[in-house]
Amino acid sequence: MKNIKGFWLYIIVAAVIYGVVQFLITGGILNQFYSNTLIFIIINIILAVSLHLVIGITGQFSIGHAGFLAIGAYISAIVTMKLDLPFFLAILMGGLIAAFAGLLVGIPTLRLRGDYLAIATLGFAEIIRIVFLNIDYVGGAAGMQVSHLTNWTNSFICLVITIVVILNFTNSRHGRACISIRENEIAADAMGINTTYYKVTAFVIGSFFAGVAGALYAHNFYIIQPTNFGFLKSFDILIYVVLGGLGSISGAIIAAVFLTIVSTFLQGFPETRMIIYSLVLIIVMLYRPKGLMGTLEITDYFKMWKGSKGGNQYGK
Amino acid sequence: MANSPLLQVKNVGIRFGGLKAVSGFDLEIHQGELIGLIGPNGAGKTTSFNLLTGVYVPTEGDILFNGKRLNGLAPYQITRGGISRTFQNIRLFNELSVLDNVKVAYHSLAKHNMFSSILRLPSHFSGEKEMEEKSLEFLKIFELDQYKDEVAKNLPYGKQRRLEIARALAAGPQLLLLDEPAAGMNHKETHDLMELIAFVRKEFNLTILLIEHDMNLVMGICERIYVLDHGVLIADGTPEHIRNHPKVIEAYLGEEVHPDHA
Repeated sequence: MKNIKGFWLYIIVAAVIYGVVQFLITGGILNQFYSNTLIFIIINIILAVSLHLVIGITGQFSIGHAGFLAIGAYISAIVTMKLDLPFFLAILMGGLIAAFAGLLVGIPTLRLRGDYLAIATLGFAEIIRIVFLNIDYVGGAAGMQVSHLTNWTNSFICLVITIVVILNFTNSRHGRACISIRENEIAADAMGINTTYYKVTAFVIGSFFAGVAGALYAHNFYIIQPTNFGFLKSFDILIYVVLGGLGSISGAIIAAVFLTIVSTFLQGFPETRMIIYSLVLIIVMLYRPKGLMGTLEITDYFKMWKGSKGGNQYGK
Repeated sequence: MANSPLLQVKNVGIRFGGLKAVSGFDLEIHQGELIGLIGPNGAGKTTSFNLLTGVYVPTEGDILFNGKRLNGLAPYQITRGGISRTFQNIRLFNELSVLDNVKVAYHSLAKHNMFSSILRLPSHFSGEKEMEEKSLEFLKIFELDQYKDEVAKNLPYGKQRRLEIARALAAGPQLLLLDEPAAGMNHKETHDLMELIAFVRKEFNLTILLIEHDMNLVMGICERIYVLDHGVLIADGTPEHIRNHPKVIEAYLGEEVHPDHA
């Protein structure tokens, strides 16, 4: 999204995808099962893209993303079920409170590096889960009933906003500052980049969209329980980002779509499900060790394709 | 030289546990000077650069830049204040393009904020355009503009060194610290680099402090030289003075051995 023309192209493509799917749903061609799977895919894409900003772009290895998902889910559920406010407000509140939690967690933990940051964020996510487990107001271990409000339209709008914001952030001087931290933190610091500020900012934006995903998640499944947000959920999101290729947003999206479809399909084989799922992961990592897309974006492939036909390789 | 010095280092030292890496380090640099810092391996040259740029906080002494105290400021604050540096072992942003490497350094001079970028407001586009143009200018000076879309890690070694200096310049410094800029370069490359340093010094009205092992080079272009050994300043003065200083000769070549002691 380097220029305004590219921006409108993305919007038009998004509008076409939306229109076609909406037509299929209202026309009854896509049944309840498929449209539900689509919403599930969207939620996973939002999670993958938000974590991509933290891990793939800024290079901060956080494995507590399910914690922010949980905050978004519970806060939004409280807003709609207990306070009887509209759903869009619930999404916004879920995102904002998750972002605030991201700020509180990010400031102390982002001083840590590598393994230590991973452990600290993992611990944070577990704390969030235990807290919700022990609050009777939100149902404790039994969970909380939530009405079904997520649909194709509102989840798709959230998805487009997420991708546009994260892409625009990445392709600006601010995103470049984050990438420079990933590439060489000492050099970034020496070049005048306030590394702590940008690490926390990326973390907060990532947390915000994880919270948004949480709001959609809660209002899609009728019930939310603390067990839904265990560390395995964090790892699921991490797998999307790593499998897609660290630093590639299109990779994260493709991996999220691919793995969601695989795992939905495997629900038909409950005994062997986890074995096959693991095998898929191992096979992909064997043949694509840098992830499905490496560090390339899908647009890079278009440019290469154009370049091989004699166009300008850098497509400018 | 009547004006006050640009950089004043007063009795600075740092210890790591029981080890005194640098102690009693004094240095004065005036606007426009080109100063050399030399010394044998492990003398504390890079450590003193790290003290100046905020990577380490001195355990004693004061560092004054334009009269402002730098002790305890973060590296990025010192860079924004007007001191930028290169590294002995190259630290480029490897996966970024050559152009983007320079753009990162220009970051703190650009003004468009995060919301204008996320919402793609006009100020984002004008800001990014200005960044691109300025960065290209720096690449042109260093003859790297034809590699602008190349990934930095794919550049040959000598060009990586030049890119590091271009990047340090893009941060808009008054004082440029070069840590062994000619390390690993052949004779011709070194010569070209020195001409380039002389050129940018004039062009950008820079003050330069450089660490270098190549004696001919240091003696050739530096106006004054400081010599460190074992973390202590053992001599300073003009190249002529340093060349004949007994302590410097001792540090580099060892003590003279009398025949009857042998």
